[in-house]
Order: sequence, then C-alpha cells, then structure tokens
Amino acid sequence: MAVRGVNIKIEDLTHRYSSRSPVTFDKVNVEAQAGEALVIIGRSGCGKSTLLHIVAGLLGKTSGSVRLDDKEVTGPSSRWVMMFQAPHLFPWMKVSQNVGVGLSFAGWPEKKIRERVAEALALVHLEEYADNNVQDLSGGQQQRVALARSLVMEPELLLLDEPFSALDAFTRAALQRDVRSIGKELGINLVMVTHDIDEAVLMADRALVMAGAPGKIVHDLRVDLPDPRERQDPAVQATRSRLMQIFHDAAHAPSGSSSGSEADNGDPPATEPESVGIKQHV
Amino acid sequence: MSNGAATEVVEVATQSQSSRAFQSAGRRLFNWVAGLAILFGLWWIGGYLIYINPDTTTFADFGPIPTFEAFPILWEDGTIQAAVSASGYRLGIGLLIAICVGVPIGILLGRSRTFRELSNSPFQLLRMISPLSWEPIAVIVFVTWNQAIIFLIAIAAVWPVAFSTAAGLAKVDPAWFKVAKNLGAKPWHMISKIILPAIAFDILTGIRLALGVAWIVLVPAEFLGVTSGLGYSIEDARETLSYNHLTAMVLVIGVLGYLLDSTCAMAIKRFSWHRQT
Repeated sequence: MAVRGVNIKIEDLTHRYSSRSPVTFDKVNVEAQAGEALVIIGRSGCGKSTLLHIVAGLLGKTSGSVRLDDKEVTGPSSRWVMMFQAPHLFPWMKVSQNVGVGLSFAGWPEKKIRERVAEALALVHLEEYADNNVQDLSGGQQQRVALARSLVMEPELLLLDEPFSALDAFTRAALQRDVRSIGKELGINLVMVTHDIDEAVLMADRALVMAGAPGKIVHDLRVDLPDPRERQDPAVQATRSRLMQIFHDAAHAPSGSSSGSEADNGDPPATEPESVGIKQHV
Repeated sequence: MSNGAATEVVEVATQSQSSRAFQSAGRRLFNWVAGLAILFGLWWIGGYLIYINPDTTTFADFGPIPTFEAFPILWEDGTIQAAVSASGYRLGIGLLIAICVGVPIGILLGRSRTFRELSNSPFQLLRMISPLSWEPIAVIVFVTWNQAIIFLIAIAAVWPVAFSTAAGLAKVDPAWFKVAKNLGAKPWHMISKIILPAIAFDILTGIRLALGVAWIVLVPAEFLGVTSGLGYSIEDARETLSYNHLTAMVLVIGVLGYLLDSTCAMAIKRFSWHRQT
C-alpha cells in the first residue's frame, strides 16, 4: 500500500451542539505536518472527541475551518478515516468482508478488493482469520480488524477516538506499538484522542493538552523519543512526568486561561511547540 | 502429560460432545414423533367415539381411517394439486405484496421519527381491523374474487412485516451507520449493505408471523366466490357431505402450513447473524 500524510490546519474552530447549549470548544488552532502523529489528551467532556468527529467530517462545526492540504473538510472521505472506541464490526460479514466494505462502497472490483484486503490483514497480522466470523474474535483481534478496515482505504489521515480504551493492558500495549509503527511505515498522519497519558507519550509526535470549559488546546508538547518506545524507558518516564505536570496545571488553571505554546486570549498558537524527550537527554 | 495422553483426552472429550449432541437430536426426534402420535391417537379415539354412537355415526368419516382412505382418491383426481396450486398462488402473491409494502414502511417507521409519529395511530387503527371484514369492500373494489382474496392476504400480512422490520431497526447499533458513513457509504449502501442484513432476522420473523396470519385468512376467504383453492375444496366437501374428503383437505392445510412455517424457521436460522446463547 502506498500512501502519504497530509498537512492539517485547524483555524479558530468553535463548536456548540445547538444555540442553547454551551460552547463545546472555542477557537481551537492546530497545525500539523504530513506524517505527524498528534495525540489530544484531556478530561472527559472537554470536547476532544467532538473535535475529532469534526475533523473526520462526521459532525458539523459552528465556525472556523479544518483544512487538509488546503482543502476544506466538508464531510467524510476515504482520505480521512476514523477508528472508534469500539470496533463496531458488522457481525453479518466475515473478517475479510468487514475489512473490504469501504472499498465495496467505493465500487471497487471484487478481485482488487480481495488483494487489498489481504495486504491490510497482513499489516495487522490477521491473515489467517480472513474467513472467520468476526464474533469469534477476541476484543483485541476485533480492534485489529477495525484498524485494517480503516487502513485498507489508504487514508492520508487516521483519526483514532480512544480506540484501545476497552482492551486489556497487554493487547492495548501491542496495538499502541503496532498502530504507531504502521502509521510511520505508511507515512500517514495520526490524530488520536485519549485520556491515558502513557498512551499519549507512547504514540505521539506531539501531545496536545485540551482543558477548560469551553475546551481549548492549552499546551502543545513535542515528544521527541525514539521508536520503539518502551514504558519503562527513563526518557518515556520523564516525558510522562512532564505531561502529567502540564495536565495537572491545566486542570487547576483558572477557566479561560491558557499556557504552554499557545498564547492567551485565543490568539493563534506559537509555531514551535515545547519540546521534551530524547533530545533533551542527549 | 504426554502427547499421546493429551490426544486421548481430546478424543474422549470430542466423543463425549458428539455423543451428547446425538442424544439431544434423538430426544428431539422422539418427542416430535411422540407428539404427533398423541395427536393422531386423540383423533382416532374421537373418530371411534363418533363411530360407535348411533346419533353421530353418520359423521364417522371424520375419523383417521376414512380420511387416509380419501387421500389416494383426492390425489388421483387432482383435487389436492389443484387446490394447493390455487391457494399457493394467492398466498404467494399476497405475501409478496405484503413484503414489498411492509419492509419499506418498517424501514421508514424505524428511521423517521416524523413518519413514526404521524403513522402510529392510523396504522394501529388499521391493524386492529379484522382482515376478513375488508371482504365486502374488496369484492366491490376488485374486478375478480381472486384479486379480492390476494388483497385480504396482503392486508393481513403487511402489519407483522412492517412492525417487525421497524422493531428490528430500533435495535440496530447506531454506530454501524456512523462507521458506514465514515467509510463512504451512500444511502443505497446503507439500505443494501447495512440495514437489510442487520435486520434480516427481524424481517424474516415478521414474514413468518405474516405467513401464519395469511394462512388463517386464506381458507375462510376462499369459502366464498371462488371455485378453487383449499378453502373452496373444504366447502365443496361439506356441501357434498364427503366428510372424509373434508378432513383430508384440513389435514393438507395443516401439513402445508407446518411445512411453510418450518421453511421460514430454517430461513431465519440461515440468515440470522445473532449468536444463540
């Protein structure tokens, strides 16, 4: 599979569910280069999942813009595909049919779908399960099928909405490692939402901390760590501590204030995020 | 444990499992045969009591022996085949109309709140009207009796199909629509690849219920006007006092209904993706 990443530009993005409901998040600004992995962390209810749904084109915005390679996102597309918290596989389809369903929506011929599905299943190490009923798979295997279903579309941007939160620790660790390495191998962008700080450190090139009501990106932390990342690595531990401190500060900061690389009063974020990780240790 | 011993344990476990499955199938078959034998026994006793009572002996042909004697006669003169063919045609067309109308109505009921709210009271009202009470109106509206009977079957069968489809759709995981939309599904993909397979079990269950209702409506609907079909053949046998023919045709109705219902049950099992717990 030959794919590439995309330049992401989110400008002054604001959302509220209705005119009566409070603002979910206000004037969010994010820029990312092709191939970058962004992880958005924040407490429940700060609007990070809503932000992801808007970037995926599954939810409308109130104001602002989301541009991918200078093209405005107006709806879902095979160029940007989302993976959800639960796999939500179609139980009446076999594993291979689930993986190829997006291609069949796009009108691909059966033979090409079979070839592409085989490649995607190989990427997630599920080649032997192509003809299995998805209900026979474990939670981790089902999430791998969902990953293959997203990757088979050759997206430039993979959006991940807490996709490993329901998995056991071992499966989660394996998938965290695999998703990051597949993303890097394919050169695609990852934008992931999580409230797990360890996960953010293990998967991010940049960790964006979202906090407040309405939600704002209050810190942008570059995570310069070598791959594969191991939880017990001192550099990973140090980055985790730094991120935990930022997260703690953000949670206890007065409402509306911002910190880190993003300026106060809704001004655009600084071009260079704060950087921690291996570069600080060498 | 050595490999040989482990293999032996697995073999014993597999044998025990297949032995239990065999016993279970044997028990089911025995109960199936026993149930039918009890029914036949009761029928035989009833027939014998009618036969020995001088007041009712005229009706002795309702018993099982005269009935089974009538089968070859009815088969050879083509009565059974003609009746089954005529009724089958009406039932098939009526059910087809009910499915073609009922499934889209059910999908609309499940997907559109406005349609659901708007149609709730009229549909509930129409549903509660006995299908046979439409007969006088159907006879006036339709040119032939055949069309009128097909209409009665369709109007009786449409509600189970529509409501079962709607109930199935209400149980569908909304995330499937979100995932499909995310992967580029168009509206027709939503229907053909997501909605219909997701609710196939409920649609088929609705069809099974509809078949039962249609089968009940079919026979009395054929009592009047037409000169073919299972209902007509029963009425004809009654008028000619051929009670054994009458009972034989009743038995044909029962067996055919049972076979149709079993076919539906098999289709539900075949197309259902729900795991039995």
